[in-house]
Amino acid sequence: MQSNSVQSYEHLAPSRAVKIRQRFVPFVVMAVVLLLIPFFDPSRTMYSLTAAMGINIVFALSYNMLLGRGGLLSFGHAVYFGLGGYAALHAMNAIDAGNSAFWSNYPVFMLPVVGFAIGALAGAVIGWPSCKRSGVPFAMISLGVAELVAAAGYMFGSIFGGEMGVTGDRMVGPQAFGLSMGPVEDVYWFIAFWTFVGTLGIYAFTRTPLGKMSEATRDNPERVQFVGYDPNRVRYLVFIFAGAFAGLAGGMSAVNYEIFTPESLSLVPSGLVLLMAYIGGIRYFTGPIMGAILLTYMQSMLSDYSEAWLLYLGLLFIAIVMYAPGGVAGMVFGLLEIFRHGGAREMLIRRVQQAVGVALAFTGLVILIEVAVRWSNGYGEVFEPFGLHLGIDTPLSWILILGFFGAGFVTLRLARNNEEGHA
Amino acid sequence: METIVFSLLNGVIYGLLLFMLSSGLTLIFSMMGVLNFAHASFYMLGAYFAYSIAGVTNFWIALILAPVLVGLVGAAVEKWGLRSVHANGHVAELLFTFGLAYLIDEVVKIIWGRNAVDYRVPELLDFPMFELFGAQYPAYRVFILLVSVGMLAALWFILNRTRAGLIIQAALTHPHMVGHLGHNVPRIFMSVFGAGCALAGLAGVIGGNYLVTDPAMAVQMGPIVFVVVVVGGLGSLTGAFLAAMLLGLMQTFAVGIDASFADIFGWLGLSATSELGGITIASLAPMIPFLMLVLILMVRPRGLMGDREL
Repeated sequence: MQSNSVQSYEHLAPSRAVKIRQRFVPFVVMAVVLLLIPFFDPSRTMYSLTAAMGINIVFALSYNMLLGRGGLLSFGHAVYFGLGGYAALHAMNAIDAGNSAFWSNYPVFMLPVVGFAIGALAGAVIGWPSCKRSGVPFAMISLGVAELVAAAGYMFGSIFGGEMGVTGDRMVGPQAFGLSMGPVEDVYWFIAFWTFVGTLGIYAFTRTPLGKMSEATRDNPERVQFVGYDPNRVRYLVFIFAGAFAGLAGGMSAVNYEIFTPESLSLVPSGLVLLMAYIGGIRYFTGPIMGAILLTYMQSMLSDYSEAWLLYLGLLFIAIVMYAPGGVAGMVFGLLEIFRHGGAREMLIRRVQQAVGVALAFTGLVILIEVAVRWSNGYGEVFEPFGLHLGIDTPLSWILILGFFGAGFVTLRLARNNEEGHA
Repeated sequence: METIVFSLLNGVIYGLLLFMLSSGLTLIFSMMGVLNFAHASFYMLGAYFAYSIAGVTNFWIALILAPVLVGLVGAAVEKWGLRSVHANGHVAELLFTFGLAYLIDEVVKIIWGRNAVDYRVPELLDFPMFELFGAQYPAYRVFILLVSVGMLAALWFILNRTRAGLIIQAALTHPHMVGHLGHNVPRIFMSVFGAGCALAGLAGVIGGNYLVTDPAMAVQMGPIVFVVVVVGGLGSLTGAFLAAMLLGLMQTFAVGIDASFADIFGWLGLSATSELGGITIASLAPMIPFLMLVLILMVRPRGLMGDREL
């Protein structure tokens, strides 16, 4: 009987072509995109936007090492981001002071390494008690720890700088790669380099035996125990690495903004990184990247257009949780799948129908929210898209709102009926 | 003596408010496994509804109507939101309520503005009840005490002495069996969720004018409510009551203590001018709940009175 159980698994392994396409090409594309961006001569705003995106990409990816890959829901991931960032800032100030031989020869370019080390250290200390539990208890412990660390941040002024935070100057110390770190172009190369290194590092981590075991622990901790691993130990090690990469992102942020405040340790940024990872799609490696890009864009651009951008963010998040648990990445890859397998025209039509329905209902919602926000401000301002005058007491606004809602609802209903008809 | 009596009274009132807030969450959490992040948002809704209703009519109508409205909103959220997420597991449910908390916060800001609203104690109760050690004690606090105790008794009676309570208790531990016996379990879940939110709303109605009614009240209360539920233990209202009282008293007493670390650990050579020595016990008060949360989860994961582990 033994001959049956011993099989050759070689044919199950991905072929060389698949390996290159799935593991090598995406990183080449990423590197090329990062190298090409400066040649389009971006404005200062675009540079600061890309810098924020790069930081958030690494931060969201490190968060997804916990949530997506390890099944650990954390409400306090900004703690490691913040501690790493603070460490990098203090190191920056040590470079500036130039009192020790080590720091005066340390280039600012390499500061994310300091963030990485301190993030790992913080993960090792805080993770020790919290990783003994998983699931909801783990989430609650992370919440409590985040509140405690944030409160301590306001308490110890000499380390965290109180309400004002700690500031630094990045144009100090020896230069690396001939970058003075002064102009935004220099900072761009710094951010691009570390975004690439961070992404590559986190991807490499998922390919290690530990990365694989972390996925196994997420799916079936009991079985992991039978195979001979300790799930708590796996979680603990993953937690340390997630903290380390969050610290790396914190180090990038420290150099980019030259300031850190205790606010950065609190629940607010921790919640935001959760939204980024989940909206992007936690089951895909590229999901958090998409989420980070989308949310950073919304944060800086949409907040100029509408004060209610947090409301839109909440709506987007709830819509994703309810109707598209795969996130943005899930939708993108789902569409690609439809295109790849021909003969799925009906599927495509249905998707288009759904998209139209969602767009119609969303338009109604936008009008409602924008009209309401302007009424709430009480400055007598009125929502005027395309030359229309939409006040809270204009009948036209309510006709439009209800009309769009109704049309969207009917379209979605039709799409659903078609689906049931085919099923 | 004076400080102790006042801290005791205020601590008990704060603890009762906390319990009113968390009793609903304990029921929801034990029965459905949903740790409702938006629970404190329903507390905030209660306060704002009461403010609006009291503006049109009076406080007493608001006291009845606002919790009912909040309960209806809660039931609607369960029916059209939470129920469809349920298939995706507890983490998805937790995330749904997390997003809902964001949403309610923003909607409240749009409707009632970003600043605190002037939600006042009704005139009928706006007088000093008695005098203690030369300081006056407001009647409204006694009113909070009475309403909380009344609610506590009603909740105990419903859960332990009525048929509905029997079914709810059974559904806490054996939802499938209850379903097999012919009860509509989703509807039980919806009613419990609604009732839990209504209790949070009631806490908002009587707590909103005692504390402050502003858009930040949900964020302030939210994590503390979790602490009560976790420390109290799954499935135990008695545990939640104990935890709420413990937290209320500890926080109120800590605020009243003026000592600093240097006073306590001075014998270890800690000077009052150093950073660590300068920290007072009073400034540690907001940290106490979270310290308790982390400690309980590590040392005794089932909480004080819980019947099973989280």
